Amino acid sequence: MTEPLDTAALAAALAVALPLAGALAALVLGRRAGDVIVVTGPAMALVAAALIAGIVETGPARIAVGGFAPPLGIALVADGLAATFVATTLAVMAAALAIARGGLVARLRETRRGYAFVALAHLAWGALNAVFLSGDLFNLYVALELLGLAAIALVALEGKPETLAAAIRYAWFALTGSLLYLAGAILLYSEAGTLDIALTATRATESATMLVAGALMTAGLCAKTALFPLHAWLPPAHAGAPAPASAILSALVPKASFVVLARLWLEALPAIATPALGPLLGGLGAAAILYGSVLALRQERLKLLVAYSTIAQIGYLFLLFPLAGGALGTQPWAAGAWSGAMLHGVSHALAKAAMFLAAGLVLARLGHDRIAGLSGLARAMPMTAFALGLAAVTLMGLPPSGGFIAKYLLLVAAFASGQGAWALVMLGGGLLAALYLFPVLGRLLAKEDPEKTEPAGPPPSAAREAIPLLLAALAVALGFASVWPTALLAIGRPGAAVEGLE
Amino acid sequence: MNGLLPVLIIATSLVPALVTFFLAKDQTGWRNGLNLGGAVLKIALVGFMLAEVGAGTLHETRFLLAPGLALVLRVDALALLFVTLSAALWLLTTIYAIAYFDGTRDLSRFFGFFSLCVAATTGIAFSGTLVTFFVFYELLTLSTWPLVVHKGDAASLSAGRRYLAYTMPGSAALLAAIVWLESAVGPIAFAQPAALEAVDETTLRLVFALFVVGIGVKAALVPLHGWLPAAMAAPAPVSALLHAVAVVKAGAFGLARVVHDVYGIERVAALGLATPLAFVAALTILYGSARALQQVDIKRRLAFSTVSQVSYIVLGVALAGPLATIGGLVHLVHQGLMKVTLFFCAGAFAERAHIHRVDELAGIGPRMPWTASAFSIGALGMIGVPPIAGFVSKWYLGIGALQAGQPWVVGVLVASSLLNASYFLPLLYRMWFLPAPETLPARGPDTRALERPLGLIAPPVATALAALAVGLLAASPISPLAWTTLIVEREYAP
Repeated sequence: MTEPLDTAALAAALAVALPLAGALAALVLGRRAGDVIVVTGPAMALVAAALIAGIVETGPARIAVGGFAPPLGIALVADGLAATFVATTLAVMAAALAIARGGLVARLRETRRGYAFVALAHLAWGALNAVFLSGDLFNLYVALELLGLAAIALVALEGKPETLAAAIRYAWFALTGSLLYLAGAILLYSEAGTLDIALTATRATESATMLVAGALMTAGLCAKTALFPLHAWLPPAHAGAPAPASAILSALVPKASFVVLARLWLEALPAIATPALGPLLGGLGAAAILYGSVLALRQERLKLLVAYSTIAQIGYLFLLFPLAGGALGTQPWAAGAWSGAMLHGVSHALAKAAMFLAAGLVLARLGHDRIAGLSGLARAMPMTAFALGLAAVTLMGLPPSGGFIAKYLLLVAAFASGQGAWALVMLGGGLLAALYLFPVLGRLLAKEDPEKTEPAGPPPSAAREAIPLLLAALAVALGFASVWPTALLAIGRPGAAVEGLE
Repeated sequence: MNGLLPVLIIATSLVPALVTFFLAKDQTGWRNGLNLGGAVLKIALVGFMLAEVGAGTLHETRFLLAPGLALVLRVDALALLFVTLSAALWLLTTIYAIAYFDGTRDLSRFFGFFSLCVAATTGIAFSGTLVTFFVFYELLTLSTWPLVVHKGDAASLSAGRRYLAYTMPGSAALLAAIVWLESAVGPIAFAQPAALEAVDETTLRLVFALFVVGIGVKAALVPLHGWLPAAMAAPAPVSALLHAVAVVKAGAFGLARVVHDVYGIERVAALGLATPLAFVAALTILYGSARALQQVDIKRRLAFSTVSQVSYIVLGVALAGPLATIGGLVHLVHQGLMKVTLFFCAGAFAERAHIHRVDELAGIGPRMPWTASAFSIGALGMIGVPPIAGFVSKWYLGIGALQAGQPWVVGVLVASSLLNASYFLPLLYRMWFLPAPETLPARGPDTRALERPLGLIAPPVATALAALAVGLLAASPISPLAWTTLIVEREYAP
C-alpha cells in the first residue's frame, strides 16, 4: 500500500470534498448558483484524471483518513471500480448541471428551488464519490444516507403534489433500506469486530449471525437499488423529478447502492456467500429485466418509459453475481462478468442521463412528453432526436456501443460457465428494449400531425441540445474504447470477480 | 501489409455520413458534393486496392475493442468483390437519389443514413472476425431503418416495424450463435480456421442453424423474407439500397463467410448441413418466383424476384464444388447490377409517368425508350437470356451442381427460369407491344419530358449496360467472373 498524500490519495479526498464545497458555494451564491459548475466541472475533471493516473501508476491506493489505520480509523479505497464510477459521475453531473444552468435554474431563478437544485446536485455528487471511494461499511452507510436524502429532495424539488407523494414513497423505501443495512452492519460488527471491508474479508467466518447480517444488508441495498420486486418507488420518483434531476437519479443513484452490494459480496464476504446467493440475485435481476421491460412497453409518456427502462437495465447489473468468474481465466476476457456488469453500469449511466436530458428538452419545447404527440420531432429538434436514438442503441445493447461490449462480455461469461439461461434472458431483454424504444424513435421520424399544437416553449439553443447528444455519443464511443475502462476496472478488482462466488 | 487503406475506404463513406447529418437543409451543394466526392474517392481507392489484392497483397487493420476482442478489417478477394459492387452502385444510386429527391425535405438525414449504410456494408465486407462482422451488420440494420421509414407516413412506419420485427430477432440469433461458439473456442477470425473440432457436433449443428436464421433474415431466405416486400413502402433509392447495394447482399455474403470461413464447406457437408441449406435456398428460389408471378404492383413483383434471385448466391455457396461456388458468388455482382437497374427504372416510371402497377405499363416503351430499354435488359438478364449477366451465373450454377453430384439443382434452375420468364415477359410485352392508354401523352415532342432529369435516367442505363458488359466480357481477365474464379482458386480450392 502506498503512503498517504500521493496523487491518488489526494485526488480521492478531493473527489469527496470539492463537490461538498460546491454545494456550500451554491447556497452562498444564491441566484448565481448556476455558475458553480463552471468551477466544479473542470476542477473535478482534473481530480478524476489525477485519480485515474494515480491508480494506473501505483495500483489501488488505501488512504487512512486522519492517519489512523483500520480498525481504529476509517479508510478510503481508490481502486479501478471507484475511479471508473467517479469519472462516470463527473460526466453525468457536468451534463446535468450544465443543461440546468440555462433551463431549470434559470426558470426557477426567482425561487429558492433554482439554487437548491445546484446545491443538492453537488451534495449528491460528493455523496456518490464517498460511496464509490469508501472502504468501510459504516462509512458507506453514512454516504448512502446522505445520498438518499439529497436524492429525495431532488425528487421533491418542484413541490407539486404528485412529486411530493413520489418523494415520500421513495423516502419510505430508502429509509427502510438504510435501516436494514444498518442492522446488518451492526450484526456484522458484533461478529467480525470491524467494518473495514478488507479486514472483514479476513475475519468473516460462516455463521448464522453473519448470514443474517449479509441478508439484511443485501435486502437494504436491493431496496435502494430498486431491484425487482422493490422497484415500485422508482418510476414516479424518476419521472416526476425535473429532467436534470431525473438524469442524476436514474443514471447514478442506483449504481451507488449496487457498487456497495458488489463490494459487500465480492470483497468483504466472499467466504460466506452461499451457493444460493448468485442464482437468487441473478434471478431477481432477470425478473427485473423482463418485468421492467414489459412495463416500459405500456408507457405512454416518454419520461415514464425511460424510468421503467431503468428498472430493466438495473437487472443486468445483478447478473454479475451468478456469472462472476464465468470464464475462469481460460479466456482472454477472464472476469468478463465483472467488466461486463460494471461497463454496463457506466454505459447505462451515460445513455440514461442523455435520454432524460433529451426528454427534458422535449418537455420544455412541447409542454408535454406524450409519445403519441412526438411526431415530426426529428425535423424540429434533430440533435435531440439523434441523442435519443444513440442512447436507445446503447440501451438495446446493439453495436457499436458500450452497452454492446458489456452485453457481449456478460453473454460470453454465461455461455462459458454453462449458464445459457442467463444468456437467453439478456438476449430477450435486448429484444424487449427494441420493442419499447423503436416505437419512440419511429414517432420522432413520423410526419407532423396536421392539427399540430403550438409549441409551448422556445426552441432550445444548439449548445443545450448538444449536451445530451454528447453524452449519448460518449456511450456509443465507449463501445470502441472499452479497452481502457476494462483495464481500469481490473485494477484492484476483488479475487471473487475472477474466481466467482461459492 | 498496409493497415491504413481499409480504414480510409470505410472513411470515404463514414465521414460524409457524419458530416451530412449536421448540414442545414439548404446546404444542398455541400451535401451533394460530400456524398458524390466520397463515392468517387471510394471508387478510386477500391480500384487501387483491386490491383494490390489481385497481385497478392493482404491488407489488415486491427483495433482492440476490449481485452482479447479485436475489431479486424481484412481485405481479401471476396471482400473486394462485394466492396467493388457496392462502391460502384453507391455512386450511381447517389446520383439517382439526388435527382429523385430534388426539392424534398429531410435530405441531410436521408443522405447521412444512406452513406452510413454504405459504410456499414463496406465494414461487413472487410470484417475479419465474427464480432467485427456483427458490429457492422447491426450498424447496417440501424442505419437502414430510418431510410425505410423516411417518408414518415403510416405505410412506411408499418414497413419499418416489419423490418425490425424480422431483423431484431435475427440479430439476437446471430449474437447467440457467435457468443456460443466463441465461448467455446475463443474469438473467431475468418483467416484462420477455428478449432471447431473441440465442439461437439450437436452444438455445431445448433449454432449453424442459429447462424442461418440470424443471417438468413437479411438474405431473405423463406420463411424469413416477409420484411422485404413490405419495405416497398420506402422510396426507390432505398429499394435500390436494400435489394442491390447493401442489405440482402450483406445477408448472402455473411452466409458465404459462415459456410466457407467459419465452418469450412467440408465440415458443413460432414455435419450433414450443406444439402439442407441448398434445399432451403432452392425452396426460396421457387417460392419467391411463384409469389412474384402473383404481384400486380411492379415494385412488389421485383421484391419477390429479389427473394428468389438472392438465394442463387446461397445455393452456390451451399453446393460443395468450385464451379457452383463461382456461380453463386458471381451472382452477388450480377444480381446487383440487374436488380438495381430494375428498381431505378421502376422508380423512374413511378415518378415521371405515375406507373405503379403492371397493367399500367402498356405503351410506355416508346414513350420512355431509354428507361424501358434498360428495364428490358435487366429483366432479360434475370430470366437468364445470354449474353446478359444472369445467364453466366445460371450456367456456372448448373454445371457446378452437376459437378457436385446434385443434378436436382438443374431442375430447380430450369423451373425458376421458366417462372422468371413468365413474370417478366408480360411486362416487356406490355411496355413495347400494347397501345398506350390516353392518360399518357401522345408520342411527340412532349414525351421527351418524361425522361428527365438526366440523373434519373442515366444511372439505370449505365447499370443495364454494365449488366450486358459483364456477361459479354465474362471471359475477359477483368470481369467479375474472372475475379470470382480468382477467389475460389485462392481460398476455396479443395
